[in-house]
Amino acid sequence: MQVRVQAEPFDTGAETGAFVARQSGAGAVVTFTGIVRDLPGGGLSRMEIEHYPGMTERAIGEIVDQAAARWALSDALVIHRFGPLRPAEPIMMVATAAPHRADAFMAADFLMDYLKSRAPFWKKEIGPDGAEWVAAKDSDENALNRW
Amino acid sequence: MDVLYFAWVRERIGLPRERVQTEAETVADLVAELCAREERYAAAFADPAALRVALDQELADFDAPLKGVREVAFFPPMTGG
Repeated sequence: MQVRVQAEPFDTGAETGAFVARQSGAGAVVTFTGIVRDLPGGGLSRMEIEHYPGMTERAIGEIVDQAAARWALSDALVIHRFGPLRPAEPIMMVATAAPHRADAFMAADFLMDYLKSRAPFWKKEIGPDGAEWVAAKDSDENALNRW
Repeated sequence: MDVLYFAWVRERIGLPRERVQTEAETVADLVAELCAREERYAAAFADPAALRVALDQELADFDAPLKGVREVAFFPPMTGG
């Protein structure tokens, strides 16, 4: 299991390749990549992501531990960036490996739901009308109830 | 104790962290103390339902006791992922 919180960009292809290559005993790998979404009318100049150093790594680690306790995971990787990002740049990725695909899919879905609402990151969008903090959605909080 | 602020809470209060001398027994008591200090705190804490709190980097409730706590953080609901 590996958690990385970083300002630097990452290469989803290279990370996925390295993750697959280090597996033994897994038969399935699921990956998810979250990227910076432009504003509905376009014009997003950048997104700034703030985080709580220390708590971030700890919270993600606990979420990964919960996933590992619930599903037959052989490995997991979470990378999440902070700082300024441009539209379409990868913000974060998760990868899960398991003997069979159902566990890998479920664990990745679970990790994403919890990372959205329980990992201390805050997004700010800077567009043509100025800067605005992204508000958390009720649907994201409610998504936790399905677990 | 150290009190940390993130995102728009940080912007409204105007600083990312500060050391606070307090006898507050709970998070809610601390919030009341801060709000009584200056308008910018009252503005940041105007709607406690819109805020989250972490004690020593673990999410907590506003009625949680502060005894033994070294670091309190206030922030809006998280938007990771």
